[in-house]
Amino acid sequence: MTWRGAIVVVATVLAAACRAGEIDRAAAEATGGDPARGAAAIRRYGCDTCHTIPGVATARATVGPPLVAIAVRTYLAGELPNTPANMQEWIRHPRVVEPRTAMPDTGVTDGDARDIAAYLYTLR
Amino acid sequence: MPLRAFESILEPAGPQAASIAWLWWVMFGTAATVFTVVIVAIGAAVIRGWMRARRTTTPDTDDTLLSGAVGAAVAITTLILVGLLIATMWTTRTMLSLGAASAVSISVTGHQWWWEIEYEEATPSRRVKTANEIHIPTGRPVVFKVQSRDVIHSFWVPNLHGKRDLVPGISTAIWLEADRPGIYRGQCAEFCGRQHAHMAFDVVAESDAEFGKWLAAQRESAHEPQSTEGRRGHDVFMSRQCVLCHTIRGTAANGGVGPDLTHLASRATLAAGTLPNSRGHMAGWIVNSQAIKPGNQMPPNPVAADDLQSLLTYLEGLR
Repeated sequence: MTWRGAIVVVATVLAAACRAGEIDRAAAEATGGDPARGAAAIRRYGCDTCHTIPGVATARATVGPPLVAIAVRTYLAGELPNTPANMQEWIRHPRVVEPRTAMPDTGVTDGDARDIAAYLYTLR
Repeated sequence: MPLRAFESILEPAGPQAASIAWLWWVMFGTAATVFTVVIVAIGAAVIRGWMRARRTTTPDTDDTLLSGAVGAAVAITTLILVGLLIATMWTTRTMLSLGAASAVSISVTGHQWWWEIEYEEATPSRRVKTANEIHIPTGRPVVFKVQSRDVIHSFWVPNLHGKRDLVPGISTAIWLEADRPGIYRGQCAEFCGRQHAHMAFDVVAESDAEFGKWLAAQRESAHEPQSTEGRRGHDVFMSRQCVLCHTIRGTAANGGVGPDLTHLASRATLAAGTLPNSRGHMAGWIVNSQAIKPGNQMPPNPVAADDLQSLLTYLEGLR
């Protein structure tokens, strides 16, 4: 590899890293939560036992829909416009949003809902 | 509730584990010393030979030093091996020196891939069945009578004792004692199939009083559901195939294939240490446990959404 090739590779890696940082920042800003804490909360509440969630090693289940690219999905739960507020409401009180859903109310706190939503908005 | 202890044989929480840890350190110290001495001796020999080669070209033909060194090495090796043998016998003696008086007797049956636990009592109706979580009193000897229902498993709580194999058709026992309160993780230590790694359990060591309270609570039949949702969940459980495999004492469910669920909500984990026991994990486990622990005996249960919610409420009430 020439030195020019090396520079291109380094620049690409740096750009990707910056972009990942940007996505995390944007998600945190939109929700007021912390994506890293959100990933931990996802495992604590058991979201991973029903959903496949990119970046969460234990989340490979197929009970509910996979949350791939959930950040850019148009509707949540097939009915709510995908906004940070709606995302948190759906996470906290699924049965209030959609009384016939199988998704249980797992007692997610306000703060944890913000963190979980922050993580989910990094999934573009 | 006691604190969770770091899972290691080098953090002993009882006399058996302490003697094993002591033996481990003796062997480690001996091996480390021997290793160091050997490396230094080799280094010295190399340097000595190298210096001699620079001084003269005639080879060293004097064998007296060599035969002396070999004799000494054989003698030291013999001494060390005999010493370790005595240390091992001493350790074994300590491990087996528990008094049988006032021992708590617990039967442990290994299944692919979970642990059936039964507290033995003189009065059969007072026996208590549970799964994957064992409570013991501190400062009292406990005997685990172990057996297997299917393949060879091994019962191992590193902080409390060595391993004991569970062999189908053979009943054997392991005695131990916990000195101090704590939650000590145990793990199947003999490869037993696809979910061997997901075959863990907890030993909760607590004061005699706390243990007595826990055992009395476990002896009770299941609590009646208090809410409408809970009662509905009870009906869902009783009308489905759950009852073919699970027992909930005090109800019509008396299957013996899977874990006893009478006090399910009092346990810290689901599926033998695989998942934390929370509503979310419970939901995923019931609906499709095969995605979480592939190959386990519980089939997927695609219950209607409403039924699932009621079922969760009912199971959460089984404290």
